[in-house]
Amino acid sequence: MKKKFSFERLAASPYVVWSLLFIIAPLLFVAYFAFTDSDGGFSFQNIASLGAYSKTFVMSLGFSLIATTVCFLIGYPLAYCMARTSERTRSVLMILLMLPMWISLLIRTYSLMALLDNGGLISSFLVDHGFEKLNFIGTEAAVILGMIYDFLPYMVMPIYTSMTKLDNRYLEAAADLGCNGPKTLFRVIFPLTMPGVVSGITMVFVPSISTFYISQKLGGGCFDLIGDTIERQFQNAVTYHTGAAVSLVMMILILLSLAIMNKFSDSGEDIIV
Amino acid sequence: MNKDVLIQLKGISKAYDGEVVLDNISLEIHDKEFITLLGPSGCGKTTTLRIIGGFETPDEGDVFFDGERINDLPPYRRQVNTVFQRYALFPHLNVFDNIAFGLRIQKRKGEEIRERVKEMLALVNLRGFERRRVSTLSGGQQQRVAIARALINQPKVLLLDEPLAALDLKLRKDMQNELKNIQQKTGITFIYVTHDQEEALSMSNTVVVMAHGRIQQIGTPTDIYNEPVNAFVADFIGESNIVDGVMLADRRVRLAGHTFDCVDGGFGKNEPVDVVIRPEDVDVVKVDAGQLCGTVTGVTFKGVHYEIIVDVAGFKWMIQTTDFVAEGETIGLSIDPDAIHIMKKSEFSGMFGDYSSFSDELDKLSDASEGVEEE
Repeated sequence: MKKKFSFERLAASPYVVWSLLFIIAPLLFVAYFAFTDSDGGFSFQNIASLGAYSKTFVMSLGFSLIATTVCFLIGYPLAYCMARTSERTRSVLMILLMLPMWISLLIRTYSLMALLDNGGLISSFLVDHGFEKLNFIGTEAAVILGMIYDFLPYMVMPIYTSMTKLDNRYLEAAADLGCNGPKTLFRVIFPLTMPGVVSGITMVFVPSISTFYISQKLGGGCFDLIGDTIERQFQNAVTYHTGAAVSLVMMILILLSLAIMNKFSDSGEDIIV
Repeated sequence: MNKDVLIQLKGISKAYDGEVVLDNISLEIHDKEFITLLGPSGCGKTTTLRIIGGFETPDEGDVFFDGERINDLPPYRRQVNTVFQRYALFPHLNVFDNIAFGLRIQKRKGEEIRERVKEMLALVNLRGFERRRVSTLSGGQQQRVAIARALINQPKVLLLDEPLAALDLKLRKDMQNELKNIQQKTGITFIYVTHDQEEALSMSNTVVVMAHGRIQQIGTPTDIYNEPVNAFVADFIGESNIVDGVMLADRRVRLAGHTFDCVDGGFGKNEPVDVVIRPEDVDVVKVDAGQLCGTVTGVTFKGVHYEIIVDVAGFKWMIQTTDFVAEGETIGLSIDPDAIHIMKKSEFSGMFGDYSSFSDELDKLSDASEGVEEE
């Protein structure tokens, strides 16, 4: 092979250096820590000890699956409406959707907490009007709500994009061939927007399963998700190795999920023409 | 031909943002006929088709199908199927599933579906293409799939919206023949939209010429060519010299300073008229043997014939002749009585039929703009 320092290579080099330093190297460190003990010797001990965290894994998976499902059920119809309404309505909906995304995730989560806190705005409003005090923070629902609240736009945007790419003539062809509204949705619109659905699900599922912040704030410390576990392990030099092992397993878990999702989208690979 | 009226349009009007697209269209379409809506871009032909298909609702007027008013019937409940302009095949389905789509919606049995898809693939000459993805097909093959997908539902009427516009000339000719055969084999009424007059003439039983949102003329291809009702139709269908004339009496017309015998009558005495003379109907003769004489200003070799432009007292005629004449030569022109077609004056009078600004290139340019119309 001829070595050629073309402009294209040169242009990519800053990112290559960046990813070597900040992506590849840390990943190697994670793997190194996962398979060594505190003396630096090779060890399977960390991986073997992960059985203790199986409940955490299952809970995280459950929470993020529920959050992803709800995001999809809210996001898909919303994306559909946005793609079909008038220019004006669309831009209003778009701003409403994007506005929270301009604010830091931490601040969003804090403000959600302020709203929902047991002595928070909604709670005191309810008490003032003779209702019972809200005991929401610290429930499973609060954590899942936080995930939905924080990540919903990431579900809507990719679906919306593939909705706008959807050519109206496919819908006309479906109607022409005997499809009423629901049949057109299931037989034509849904399969043709599958790529958007896949990336939407990915973009909600991955941050949901690895979050630690939402569960700490809205879970009131009652729920220990994978993200929390990892964070705790890394705050202490002794447990670095366990933390790395948990991270590694979670990464593999996520990659597996993505592979399964991609299997789905493979059937419609040339959907976006 | 069966003379039962299958579709009837009564006083259809349609406007988009105040711009009138269809202006009081009335049309009867008979069972089993091949009818073509022909006109330049923006004449309303596609809108008419979409109203029949149910994709547009008329602002005024009624659409009847088999005697029943169907204005508010959605497309999926009409016994009509469409072959769309750019096919609109479903990209997520292969050829088989595309063609089977309509039957699956009707919840037919798997065996019946397989059987009928096979039949359809045979009809459109695509045997063995079942498993192919539609994105791997050529334009002509996609076109055939689109036709099969529509025909498998055994519609009473097939709507075709410029189905051949995207194909190259040779393929277009083949598909024209095939479509005609399919129509005759299946006995389904075809409503065909095109801006290509040759396509319209060679395929249809009935041609509907449209312009400015109105129907200009309805007739058989020969009627439309031989007896155009106004200057627009005469100019749009084939080449025409359209000359101002005066009807002196029945079968006597004066044009270009000469009185001709003709075969038309029924006009008022001394009524001004438009006279159509087709380029192939003018004979080139010696100067003293002709009724008119003029100077050749342009000669183009067309293969079968020469196309020459002749200046007769300031009006430029197009004449097709197999004899070579040189540019600058003075020649005589002779016209038989039955080559002269007389039309009443219309809003289109004086707009067409003079070849003084004629150039092939300009013609092609305007054709190209028609090719991308109404998308």
